[in-house]
Amino acid sequence: MKDMRYFPRAGLAELIAAIKESGYRVIGPRVEPGQGGLAYREIAGVEDLPRGLSDEQSPARYRLHPNGSQRYFAWANTSSAIKPFVFTPREKLWTVVRKEGRLHFEANHEVAKKTAVFGVRACDLAALALQDAHFLRGAHTDVFYRARREKLLLVAVNCSHAAETCFCASTGDGPEVSDGYDLLLDELDDGFLIRHGSTKGAMIMTDLVTQEASPEQISQACAQGELCRERQTRALPEASRLPGLMQRLESPLWDEVAERCLACGNCTAVCPSCFCHREFDSPLLNGKHSEHWRDADSCFSEDHSYLVGEVVRAHTRARYRQWMTHKLATWVEQYGRTGCTGCGRCITWCPAGIDFVDEANKLLSAEEEA
Amino acid sequence: MNASANTPMPKVAIHKFASCSGCQLAFVNMGTDLIELTKLVDIVHMAEFGHVAPEDEPVDVAFIEGSITTPHDVERLLKIRANSRYLLTMGACATSGGIQALRNNADTAEWMRSVYAKPEFIQSLSSSAAIANHVKVDFELWGCPVSVRQMLAAIRSLLFGVAPQISREKVCQECKRRGNNCILVTQGAPCMGPVTRTGCGALCPSFGAPCYTCYGPAENVNAQSFGMCLMGLGLSPEQVARKFASINNAAPVFSEATQLFSGSAWMEE
Repeated sequence: MKDMRYFPRAGLAELIAAIKESGYRVIGPRVEPGQGGLAYREIAGVEDLPRGLSDEQSPARYRLHPNGSQRYFAWANTSSAIKPFVFTPREKLWTVVRKEGRLHFEANHEVAKKTAVFGVRACDLAALALQDAHFLRGAHTDVFYRARREKLLLVAVNCSHAAETCFCASTGDGPEVSDGYDLLLDELDDGFLIRHGSTKGAMIMTDLVTQEASPEQISQACAQGELCRERQTRALPEASRLPGLMQRLESPLWDEVAERCLACGNCTAVCPSCFCHREFDSPLLNGKHSEHWRDADSCFSEDHSYLVGEVVRAHTRARYRQWMTHKLATWVEQYGRTGCTGCGRCITWCPAGIDFVDEANKLLSAEEEA
Repeated sequence: MNASANTPMPKVAIHKFASCSGCQLAFVNMGTDLIELTKLVDIVHMAEFGHVAPEDEPVDVAFIEGSITTPHDVERLLKIRANSRYLLTMGACATSGGIQALRNNADTAEWMRSVYAKPEFIQSLSSSAAIANHVKVDFELWGCPVSVRQMLAAIRSLLFGVAPQISREKVCQECKRRGNNCILVTQGAPCMGPVTRTGCGALCPSFGAPCYTCYGPAENVNAQSFGMCLMGLGLSPEQVARKFASINNAAPVFSEATQLFSGSAWMEE
């Protein structure tokens, strides 16, 4: 706490300018004019941030409303934050050219840009740690992911507003950010508290005019986090009960959810920890030049379970079951914890309004009664 | 089908049935790829270009645009199939019957009397049918119009001697890869992405306009649940039925959904 500094609201423009001067493009939340809602896009400065707007989220619904305040971060989250800037949903991996009777392979050498993601949340940072576990740990590192990850600067903002769909308190990932950030802000009525979590963050902070944070300011920030926690009405079952889902593979509840599920894969696309992808070739018509691409994929698509001439999970029941049991149960065997950080995106962005948390609770209470 | 200096180029025919010719235009709109294509294949029939070969000339690949609406169409199609190694449908009309299949549920004779002064000169079947209703189709390219990218990929695959890879996933997947916010969720827009096949690049929702099923049904469509979602957004059952009864209204999944939501069970509620 002793490293906590304060700057008035006007200082936010200086902070963004300092980040840009360090060579970063700045990605931040802004109103998406085409589709509506907020989206993380490149921002020029504070004028692009969603000042005085709050989100209202519920199953299959996301709306922005003016809240009458001067705050920039009085909303919970958006359909995506960090994921697409590290795990690019479509990218070229390599090219092959047929020349003089031989094939010449060339890796894609696109240089990752220094990218600052501004205004990320505790759930997003926890999910980034899960993506890191998948793409960076173990015998095989994903070089494309790594190149972008190393160029990332993360400016987190603690939540002061919980959506109805939030449940990070029950997964232990929020609402307060604990680590994984370069800079961390708390937005107060008239300004921000700031602290750094890395050398990169500390360097940027030196360019900023700040003063020591007062005990009142610090307690206001703590109270905001506490309020977020109290307002969360959804809760995942505690982690020790989740492996019980594997005892419910034949439950009729999977059929019930499959009746409503559209198998559109929106949940997996917005999930900040989902990492599935597929690769494909895209040859030019002349047959002498072909590109090898990677697309984000979903366990709700038929190709995802296509093995040896057969789609293994042909029906929605099996696909939904795969998504939930992997996310909440078998993920633990792979990565030491569940794949859910409580952001609630799969609930908000499901066009059919299926409540992942409610389904998990129903399945597990049925298990315990059985 | 690998062409080399001493083997003749594969022969390709592009045939038109009841349609607007927009899918043939995809060939014309290829740009420089069209020049490349003429180095790889011999286009023996394409009325739009002025090349006209008889239907019984053997070809390696026949692309079919348009639906089957007259007895003469049926005769032509049977001849084409008998003389083609691979037959691909191109676009919504050939693949599902097209927008004109909306007449399948109407009284054709009555319509003809009301439109034409001398209906006795009109020889028309009572339905607009997909090519697959009459002959075996090897590969289907959906869309209204078909995408040039998909068509080139299909031709390239056949030239390599492999089956074209045609994704049947939902438009939503591509929409999300483009980083879009879902307009169903942010605006309550009746976007048909969750039931529609990919291929367009999520063109409409990327500009904030709802998808209207022009690539036909995706695999594993849950039409009943999705219709209920649309009713939850404020559409009446009849409006839901009309969302499915669009360009690919005669695709079985969509025609069943149309019946389900325009049926009496819903009207009674």
